[in-house]
Amino acid sequence: MRTLVIAEHSAGQLTAGTWSAVTAAMALGAKTDLLVMGGAHASAVAQQAALAQGLDRVLLAQGAMFENALAENVQPLITSLVADGYTHVVADASSMGRNVLPRVAASLDVGMLSDVIHIVSADTFQRPIYAGNAIATVQSLDPIKLLTVRASAFAQALSHEHRCEVVAVEGGQNASNVRFVSEQLTVSERPDLSSARVVVSGGRGMQSKENFALIERVADKLGGAVGASRAAVDSGFAANDLQVGQTGKIVAPELYIAAGISGAIQHLAGMSGSKVIVAINQDAEAPIAQVADYMWVADLFEALPALEKAL
Amino acid sequence: MKVLVAVKRAIDPNVKVRVKTDGSDVELNGVKMALNPFCEIAVEEAIRLKEKGLASEVVVVTVGTSAAQEQLRTALALGADRALLVETNALLEPLNVAKYLSKVIDQEQPQLILFGKQAIDQENNQVGQMVAQLIGSGQATYASAVNQVDGQWVVEREVDGGSQVVALAMPAVVTCDLRLNQPRYASLPNIMKAKKKPLEIIAADTLGASVKEHARLLSVMPPAVRKTGVNVGSVAELVDQLKNVAGVI
Repeated sequence: MRTLVIAEHSAGQLTAGTWSAVTAAMALGAKTDLLVMGGAHASAVAQQAALAQGLDRVLLAQGAMFENALAENVQPLITSLVADGYTHVVADASSMGRNVLPRVAASLDVGMLSDVIHIVSADTFQRPIYAGNAIATVQSLDPIKLLTVRASAFAQALSHEHRCEVVAVEGGQNASNVRFVSEQLTVSERPDLSSARVVVSGGRGMQSKENFALIERVADKLGGAVGASRAAVDSGFAANDLQVGQTGKIVAPELYIAAGISGAIQHLAGMSGSKVIVAINQDAEAPIAQVADYMWVADLFEALPALEKAL
Repeated sequence: MKVLVAVKRAIDPNVKVRVKTDGSDVELNGVKMALNPFCEIAVEEAIRLKEKGLASEVVVVTVGTSAAQEQLRTALALGADRALLVETNALLEPLNVAKYLSKVIDQEQPQLILFGKQAIDQENNQVGQMVAQLIGSGQATYASAVNQVDGQWVVEREVDGGSQVVALAMPAVVTCDLRLNQPRYASLPNIMKAKKKPLEIIAADTLGASVKEHARLLSVMPPAVRKTGVNVGSVAELVDQLKNVAGVI
């Protein structure tokens, strides 16, 4: 058995989800390599990755074709590495992992398991289905197991002083059927939503984009990230990439504060794994109360400034 | 130019999901089924492309049991021109579905293949990408805008932390995200008209796809229940609880 973890990085740093994917890979109990793909800055990322505890090797694939991690470009590289002797492939269930891994699966003629939250054994895994309303235990029958893992379900791997070997690998292609045009990434001083220790989210109850500043101020006091319900995003109060829920980000922070969020199933699917949930809502009967550890029935526009002040 | 939309019959999103007491699966007997919401967005996008004159024909396809004809009729009522059912009673594993669909694509030769980004039942988020690999085309997952520029599909896609634009040669695979469009409702006259539109049934095993079992479902359990929470009446009480009881701030 041998496991390959697909690393992801942004702004010269491995993503938090990659460190969680390494932890998930460790639970498989096999020797584990990490594949770092990218342009010129990827070698610095590989050196950083080589400090992760438990890794056997870091594989570094460098080239302009890997710059934007287009699935069409990276799939041939991953497929050839895996066909060369891996039994397991693990990636964070990020937009990149979900985009790339099914192509690799199809190229190897094997299935794939998405959003794994628990590794039962080397071939059996648990994953949520039906918006987290059921947990399926699934056994893979394929010789190679491909998994994306839900980062919030696995602690981040630690780093240590010892640096494992970094090996250069080659492969990939400049696919002719796709061309990268542009990318617009939100720049924020706040921690990443998917891995933040504290998340403060607002819903339709916030009533306007301007009022979202109340959420931001509480988040900043706690050093947390800002999130939003789908209703708030659809109403234009918050940006798309702040959406927490089945179709947005899945989060499981130490503390999740839901302000003016009623608690639709699709939102609960994205945050019910949080350690402590606080709901601030005018409606004591809102479904969010069913998952909240602390329910505070209050007017948001008084409660949020009061909370900011008290912290 | 032909657009093919692959759709799935799934549990109605408004139905409360219950796990069977024997832990074998989710209860689907007598439960209301619907067109998967993301597939509805894909159908809507195809119809809009036709309305804009960018597509000449919208073909909708699904893989599933005979009952899935109901969802194909829904898509026809929304504006698709004709429908194909690849009929099978087997469990719908993503790679097997992708193989059937790529055989249909070989026959139909569409220039754009639209999918929902995922189905709300199994939430695999795999079939579109697998089809793209099998037919050797480019892909744009999580689309929030689809345009045609100089014979290419230019797609804006939602990615973690922002958005990305890619240009795809034809034929291309695009999987649709929530904010691509707001699907219309089918009007009564269109529902009536849909009954007369062509719906072809193809037996899955006649397509020559090499399908097999890749995974076995061992059990399905309800999620762990959170312990009952407490009500707090003031900011002081909340902060005290978070600091001294929960220990999270």
